[in-house]
Amino acid sequence: MRISSKWAYRLAPWLLTLLVIVVWEAVCRGFDVKPFLFPAPSAVVKTGWELFGPIMEHATHTFMTTLVGFAIAVVVGAVLGMVVGASPITYKALYPMLVGFNSVPKVAFVPVLVVWFGIGTIPAVITAFLISFFPVVVNVATGLATLEPELEDVLRSLGASRLDILFKVGLPRSLPFFFASLKVAITLAFVGSVISETVASNMGIGYLMMGASSSMNMPLVFAGLIVIGAMGVVMYELFALVERRMTRWANRGQHSGL
Amino acid sequence: MEFVEFENVSLRYAEDGPNAIENVSLSVKEGEFVSVVGPSGCGKSTLMKLISGLKPPSDGYVYVNGRQVGGPLGIVGMAFQAANLLPWRTTLENVMLPMEIVEPYRSTRKAKRAEYEQMARDQLARVGLAGCEDKFPWELSGGMQQRASICRALIHKPRLLMLDEPFGALDAFTREELWCMLRDLWQQQPFTVILVTHDLREAVFLADTVYVMSKRPGRILVRREIDLPRPRDLEVTYTDAFSAHVQVLRESIGRVRES
Repeated sequence: MRISSKWAYRLAPWLLTLLVIVVWEAVCRGFDVKPFLFPAPSAVVKTGWELFGPIMEHATHTFMTTLVGFAIAVVVGAVLGMVVGASPITYKALYPMLVGFNSVPKVAFVPVLVVWFGIGTIPAVITAFLISFFPVVVNVATGLATLEPELEDVLRSLGASRLDILFKVGLPRSLPFFFASLKVAITLAFVGSVISETVASNMGIGYLMMGASSSMNMPLVFAGLIVIGAMGVVMYELFALVERRMTRWANRGQHSGL
Repeated sequence: MEFVEFENVSLRYAEDGPNAIENVSLSVKEGEFVSVVGPSGCGKSTLMKLISGLKPPSDGYVYVNGRQVGGPLGIVGMAFQAANLLPWRTTLENVMLPMEIVEPYRSTRKAKRAEYEQMARDQLARVGLAGCEDKFPWELSGGMQQRASICRALIHKPRLLMLDEPFGALDAFTREELWCMLRDLWQQQPFTVILVTHDLREAVFLADTVYVMSKRPGRILVRREIDLPRPRDLEVTYTDAFSAHVQVLRESIGRVRES
């Protein structure tokens, strides 16, 4: 009983994915949907296989673009999060601007970037960065700002400086928040780079999909979508793993089960 | 002048707000065990903030160790109702935290690491936590966490230990065990204790002197010396003399609550 429920737990995501694919295929065949409207999975796989080389080339480009933008977002987000979370006055001062900035649709900002940097990889990197640094800032700031006042009193009464408190307590305490934000940020970074590629690039999955849809090659568009989704899932799982490794103390309820 | 001296001290948190405590004068001798009791919200914790230098008084003067308190002093150790151990550190590392901040330990902690670690192990053994050094806080029971928290408050050999309802969240049996632990620690290595509590039996059992504070704004209403002979065992809590002390204090608290 225990063993079979454990297997069910592990297999559940695969089974559901399989089910979706089967239903999707059945719908397309049963209702005879035209491939240029909504291609069946078999058509997507066929196209994906035929164009495996070019797809991988574009996917690699998108992947690298995303990683660079994400890396900048992590560094900038962590530093900004520390600044925002370290003192109530900077929190108060910076927060409205950050929220306002985050509310701007990044796709509206891509043309500005194109004017500044031209068509290509740089706007995509910047868009990936812009869209993904916000969750990092918010999480790091929250981790720092929610420090228990008694704990701060214990350290301050010993004569600890603000920096002491930040390094001994604030930063270690905000690590789980930080790692949790990385999972969200990496998926957003993919959104950012692909958005920019669809608008202004001559490389990457976004560009590939734009070209494919203008020639009504829907199977290729879907192949692109699936590749992006797969990269997102893999990176999310990777950072979830890092999170569990780095902050075992914060997930203590789980490590017997998994 | 005594070790801790309050001269007509008042404190307002807001500039023109109400006083949290008002016109408090008291003095604590070096090595004395003092308890402060009072209804909740009477400014007991404010008292601790003033002594530890976290807050300057709005009026009056606070002296500790013959000098006016102008900021945090390294000679104070604190523990609160919540143990507040750091979950990413083992018990031993938690206890050694003050040594990473207070001099002379801070600058010599690399050179004397083994010695300081032994001090922390000894301190843990003294409160019955030998063998728990490498456990993480969440692996300890509430009472054990509170023991570790008191170890952390004592590791840098403070001359003044301040406890803010340290046993408030524990069950009755554990609480009495920890009373005895604190009594023994205090009798082994001399330091001054200021214990804030709302448990009158706890105050009478442990303290030399009990102060009763009024509702906000907090003032000292009663000062009562507890003349029960030391060392005190838990049996003393069933004697008439003990009950008489508790009774008198209870009545004065009752008057505070009604007023």
